Amino acid sequence: MITKEEVEHIGWLSRISLTEEEAVKYATELSSVLDYFNQLDEVDTSGVDPTYHVADLMNVFREDEVSPSLPQEEVLRNAAEKKEGYIKGPRIM
Amino acid sequence: MVYENPDGVMIGLEVHVQLNKLNSKLFCGCSTDYHNDEPNTHVCPVCMGLPGSLPVLNKKAVEYAIRIGLALNCEIIEQTQFHRKNYYYPDLPKGFQTTQYDFPIVGNGKIVIDGEDGEHVVRITRAHMEEDPGKLMHIGHIEKSKGTLIDYNRSGMALVEIVTEPDMRSPKEARRFLDKLRNILEYLDVFNGTLEGAMRVDANISIGGGDRIEIKNISSHKGAERALLYEIMRQKNLVRRGGTVVMETRHFDEARGVTISMRTKEEEHDYRYFPEPDLVPIRVSDWVEGIRETLPELPDARRKRFVSDYNVADTHAKALTSDIRVADFYESVAKEVDPVIAAAWVADILKGELNYRDLGISAFKVEDLVEIIDLVTSGKITEKSGVDVIRTILDEGGSPESIVEKKGLIKVEGDIVSQAISESLKENPEALQDFLAGKEKSLNFLVGQVMKKTRGRADARSVRELLIHEIDEKYR
Repeated sequence: MITKEEVEHIGWLSRISLTEEEAVKYATELSSVLDYFNQLDEVDTSGVDPTYHVADLMNVFREDEVSPSLPQEEVLRNAAEKKEGYIKGPRIM
Repeated sequence: MVYENPDGVMIGLEVHVQLNKLNSKLFCGCSTDYHNDEPNTHVCPVCMGLPGSLPVLNKKAVEYAIRIGLALNCEIIEQTQFHRKNYYYPDLPKGFQTTQYDFPIVGNGKIVIDGEDGEHVVRITRAHMEEDPGKLMHIGHIEKSKGTLIDYNRSGMALVEIVTEPDMRSPKEARRFLDKLRNILEYLDVFNGTLEGAMRVDANISIGGGDRIEIKNISSHKGAERALLYEIMRQKNLVRRGGTVVMETRHFDEARGVTISMRTKEEEHDYRYFPEPDLVPIRVSDWVEGIRETLPELPDARRKRFVSDYNVADTHAKALTSDIRVADFYESVAKEVDPVIAAAWVADILKGELNYRDLGISAFKVEDLVEIIDLVTSGKITEKSGVDVIRTILDEGGSPESIVEKKGLIKVEGDIVSQAISESLKENPEALQDFLAGKEKSLNFLVGQVMKKTRGRADARSVRELLIHEIDEKYR
């Protein structure tokens, strides 16, 4: 069961502001998702190694070689505010 | 002598080391050579976390991490992987940092430092790989800032975060640890400590069993010592006034030399770590022995070799090996001249002159020092003039030969010295009589007179001997 307070906390962590109704609605919806996971928990997995990765791959590397970066104007294109080549953000602490 | 640690200080460090000797970032091909470039010019879809981009791990970064682990006497894990550490802060455009969590590549090691009471072991808990966040600049002061400027050039640089146990008992020991660590990393050739932001430190400190305080934003070894000294004073004052130290994170304000409370609502479980689905697990245990074989000579071993091969004093060997650039410089000089004499010139004289001017060893040429030492040992100039030549090169430039000529430093010939000696003895009969009566100090006065007459170009030691000889011959 997920509480409204937990939803608000997760919202804060993700920097998403939620209305009162949204918080109540997501609490119910997320609770049902968790219930589903609780159902999965009933499967006996003793003796099975945890799966960290679904692709059956290991040791994929690149060599230490330089490839071109994006031009500065491309990097800044999606920024709401910019200044002298920097992305400008609000005051943070 | 055993250090009592009167305040019960326990310090642990988290040191972020940038693998800036790599050519490219940790997960993409952006160049690491950004220090003199415009902001946001070493950035690509991977370091921006743009949709559809896929990180691929830099093989050499893993080798470097293993190299560090082995040099710190650590164990290297069989199999490891990356996690996402989720947080929303503009230093990472992706909304998470790719890091390692429960399977750090390196664990359980130690470094031996010069502690308060001799050799002191600092245990290494772990070291893991992660990406560096971008750089934020607050417009104005952090507490009253009007906005933030963001440069992602640093974002995605390979970092190794080295975490220690709380084994340091004073700010001085913390600084010694950082000095030693930096030296080892430079010997390993994975890291250039002179670049801005190459090594950044968070420090944990508790006093007398009280709560632990974390200090962030320490950017130099001197800064670490200052931040910790301030924090000890602050906590002691707080307790003296009847307050209690409560666990918190504080920010070090380097300009003011104080730590400031940072209110943070995020806790460890709020980071919601989960395995990074875009990167596959790595199993590199079979690399370890190969990397161990290619490990370069480390500072402690080099120090021992200097003593055994060059016959230099251990204090000189220690001073010479505490910075790889100085050690390399010394060995080049020692190839050309007597290694013991070279050690004294590099460790006692040149290093002092460089420190005084806040210069590195690269400010001086090996061949210039070799020439100066040759001039002194062959008796052409005095030791004092040799020091003068070093100072002149550092302050005004020029070659030893031209400086010796311009300043007329060539030692004066024997007959000029003899003449100065007999003149001095005739002109100062009182001093002579005093000396003959057993007043040793009068000899110094006479040596001074001779030096004055030869304008310092005579060798003081031989003037002294010649004076005694002359007095014995003619006046006794």
